[in-house]
Amino acid sequence: MMFAAAAAALIVAIFLGLIRAYLGPTIYDRILAGNMIGTMTVILIAVHGFLAGRPEFLDIALVYALINFIGTIAILKYFRFKDLGHAGTDKGREEVEDDA
Amino acid sequence: MLDILDIALLFFMAVTAISILRLKNLFAVVMLGGIYSLLSALIFVNLDAVDVAFTEAAVGAGISTVLMLGTLALTSREEKQEKKPSHKIWLPLMVCIATGAALVYGTLDMPRYGDPNAPIHKHVAPRYINDSMDEVGMPNIVTSVLASYRGFDTLGETTVVFTAVVGVLILLTGRRRRDKREPTLEELEEQEEEV
Repeated sequence: MMFAAAAAALIVAIFLGLIRAYLGPTIYDRILAGNMIGTMTVILIAVHGFLAGRPEFLDIALVYALINFIGTIAILKYFRFKDLGHAGTDKGREEVEDDA
Repeated sequence: MLDILDIALLFFMAVTAISILRLKNLFAVVMLGGIYSLLSALIFVNLDAVDVAFTEAAVGAGISTVLMLGTLALTSREEKQEKKPSHKIWLPLMVCIATGAALVYGTLDMPRYGDPNAPIHKHVAPRYINDSMDEVGMPNIVTSVLASYRGFDTLGETTVVFTAVVGVLILLTGRRRRDKREPTLEELEEQEEEV
């Protein structure tokens, strides 16, 4: 019962995130909404394991957390440098090109 | 409870798909595409297909989003407004409904979910379970199926994944940047010497 309530709360949270991803209005709302739904996915997989009586898949949830993290890093890098192949220094891209 | 979870997730996927159709901001579309992949991964987990869910999350929410962002970096972030639709919507709608109805009709003949008498449990699985220890000698049946019984299949998959990785690496790192600044005097002289 406890896990069912947790799953229901997570479903509601995912729906709220979905609304925020649709409405925007800024880019950062959407990045945060996507990141939040990824986190909810991780927790929902963990809750689902106990709900279905098979908590062996808890490890999978950890790897989802890693994928979520790398995805968010890639999106933020795209906004910082406008280019995913950038080596990634502390400086912005314009400054790097000025130095070259 | 698990059925309710399935229904809620499928509803969210429908909402996400309609949002993708309606939005003109392509960055929001990319983000919603990632969310769609995460939701379908949750459905796969609910169906006990954890490995499929894993692939869906890694490829759909991870790699695809990154590749789409790389595309957005090269093109525009806003979809161009079409003045008037160049075609009627009724014909595609009818084709979609007819195809969907045919697919649903096709599922009626399938065995029930988890049916022990389904062909997939009758055909090769008993041989794997009974004989794989003698034939391959591997305690883990899944490993013996992947590496021995379906060895060529796995080899092909590995080739595909390797090619994909090489392609992504070339796309992400080998792209030439457009050089906007004027060539310097020394560079012009070098070019003339080469000519």
